[in-house]
Amino acid sequence: MSHKDTGVVNQEVNAKSAAQVKDQMERDILAAIKKPKPVYWLGLLITITMTLIGAAAWAYQIKTGMGVAGIRNPVGWGVYITDFVFWVGIAHSGTLISAILFLFRARFRNRFNRSAEAMTVFAVMTAGLFPLIHLGRVWFFYWLFPYPTQRLLWVNFRSPLVWDVFAVSTYFTVSAIFWYIGLVPDIAILRRVRTGWQKLAYAFGSLGWKGTFKQWQHYNQIYKYLAALATPLVLSVHSVVSWDFAMGIIPGWHTTIFAPYFVAGAIFSGMAMVFTLVIPMRKFFRLEKYITVDDFEKAAKLLLFTGMIVGYAYIVEFCLAMYSGNPFERDQFIYRAVGDYAFTYWLMIACNVVTPLTLFVRKLRRNIKYLFIISFFVNIGMWLERFNIVVISLAHDFDPYAWGTYTPSIIEVAITVGSFGWFLTWFLLFSKTLPVLPITELKEEAE
Amino acid sequence: MEVIQEKTQNGSAASEVDVHRREFLKKLGSGVFASLLMPILFKDNFAALADEALAQVDLPELPEPSPEEDPLVRMMRDLQRALKKPLEQRKWTMVIDLRKCVGCHACTVSCIAENKLPPGVMYRPVIEEEVGEYPNVHRRFIPRPCMQCENPPCTPVCPVNATYKRPDGVVVIDYNRCIGCRYCLTACPYNARTFDWGEYYTEDVGFLGLQPYEQVDTMEYGLDWKRPEGRSPVGNARKCHFCLHRIEKGLLPMCVVSCIGRATFFGDANDPDSLVSELIAQPNVMRLKEELGTRPKVYYLM
Repeated sequence: MSHKDTGVVNQEVNAKSAAQVKDQMERDILAAIKKPKPVYWLGLLITITMTLIGAAAWAYQIKTGMGVAGIRNPVGWGVYITDFVFWVGIAHSGTLISAILFLFRARFRNRFNRSAEAMTVFAVMTAGLFPLIHLGRVWFFYWLFPYPTQRLLWVNFRSPLVWDVFAVSTYFTVSAIFWYIGLVPDIAILRRVRTGWQKLAYAFGSLGWKGTFKQWQHYNQIYKYLAALATPLVLSVHSVVSWDFAMGIIPGWHTTIFAPYFVAGAIFSGMAMVFTLVIPMRKFFRLEKYITVDDFEKAAKLLLFTGMIVGYAYIVEFCLAMYSGNPFERDQFIYRAVGDYAFTYWLMIACNVVTPLTLFVRKLRRNIKYLFIISFFVNIGMWLERFNIVVISLAHDFDPYAWGTYTPSIIEVAITVGSFGWFLTWFLLFSKTLPVLPITELKEEAE
Repeated sequence: MEVIQEKTQNGSAASEVDVHRREFLKKLGSGVFASLLMPILFKDNFAALADEALAQVDLPELPEPSPEEDPLVRMMRDLQRALKKPLEQRKWTMVIDLRKCVGCHACTVSCIAENKLPPGVMYRPVIEEEVGEYPNVHRRFIPRPCMQCENPPCTPVCPVNATYKRPDGVVVIDYNRCIGCRYCLTACPYNARTFDWGEYYTEDVGFLGLQPYEQVDTMEYGLDWKRPEGRSPVGNARKCHFCLHRIEKGLLPMCVVSCIGRATFFGDANDPDSLVSELIAQPNVMRLKEELGTRPKVYYLM
């Protein structure tokens, strides 16, 4: 809006209306974290039940032994590793949106960043459990950390699993700090609004934020630096996770495209999870005014783009296997397409490659309901991608004597369900305790 | 120290604090560094201790050498010669004559009995292969122990250093360290490693129940592993270790002893007079998956 010719009076009116807009914005966003409705409690009850089912299944597994899982020779890695890679992948778009899109000044990021960052933190918290669930002797999991001990235990820095420990814990630390720093001014707003013990809690959380010029200066600096620090992590974490496989010499794992392929896949699945979470949130909290269809369209383009990279990687994988002249590699990929797991393979192709292509149609891209449905397809497809990579490669490695199949057991299914419950519980708790949209950044934008 | 005194005499209180802190950090740093180095410093000493304990074993008495003697006796003689050498000068090697193997699976079964292997764990299966097309067809049997690779792909992936190559070339698993991540299982191109899922053969069979033979302690690596308590090796990766506990007592691995056709040979390849050295010098020798660069120490005679 230009008001060069309207003079000082109009400018004052504009300033006043801008202040009103900001107040309205604050009210709308904070309305989302008013007292929860029964439907919220119902949702929380369901997710907590899911978590407890998963926890019970894990306890049973620890007590009885790994035999209760469906994994057997030769498929020693199954659903747990699939879940691990899936959740680490989900965690990716959070930092992409908050750090990379921040540095690129992509404004639509402000609509998604808070919930995406929360999603990142919770997804890493979920992912981090799976390597432990997977261990045969989980009570010794702390041996994975290098610390001086009289028992002369020391980790093996050549093992990609140890790289994972560092990659994932670094990612968790940085994304949690980044999320929290972004929250500080908003927590200060809540401190102003709330009363009683809640005020005290928010006052503690706001770290003495006063909103002075000097504080803002520091805030902007640290936010920018953290964004720059987090950017390489977006690429590194999933590259390291992909090396868990690429460093093994199993056919189907041992390829150089794994790192970029996994990173693109991670962002793809993360964007889908953002849609899955933000679309219902926008509806329940009546935030249609702030997260517009235009914003969703931009995010959908990102989904389409990364989806195409993933589809391309699938094709490249086949071509590499065909012209490598390695009979084991070639056989592995023929097996993927027509073997015991052909159904999961083609379901993955349908979910990850074919359905996202419909987003080329502008009308579908701008249809929120359609995006919600697509996001489920992609979530399922990306879970299957990890399943296919982990399981099919192990089920059909070098020699026929080492071939076998794998079906997840009820315990593995229960723990997977539990992981969704755990993740969604955290997200629901977040949505009622902290602002789901970055109030201060949106206010800044309104100016 | 001189520098510090000078500073404290001349300088202000602030510099004094500064110097002390620097000293403190220096000490803290070197302490942390020393503790990080500790495992590396002590590792070799412990290996040497184990070696000394091994040298004190009474070896079985053998008859005088004769041209008609059973190859087992000759191999035992080779073994005793090798045991007198220091650990790092031995190179345990296995040779399997595929022309002699009839696929009786005696080695598989005796290995299971020797190491008290539970369901799902197998150190030495015999792979059966059909060659040619009907009617010109024959079967080939390939016993597959751990290859004890010179360049093992399974050891670098272990996150906790639980599996490693001993100085005599045998790749072992330290059950006490293994946390059961199964990375080594996926890394092995021969599928030589299996995981102990904590199962028993007849536990779930109502009228039989858990049998005494399933609860016997396994004596792998010369130690007493109490399996029924759900402790190691339950939840660990397990693999063939050339019956190290037998070798150390001057006995041949169980699969070698139980082979009905004398198709499996064992000995020290660093000893030019040993039977295995003679056998692997022949032209009809092959190793599995040479192209992967793992350099197995198990040879097959074609």
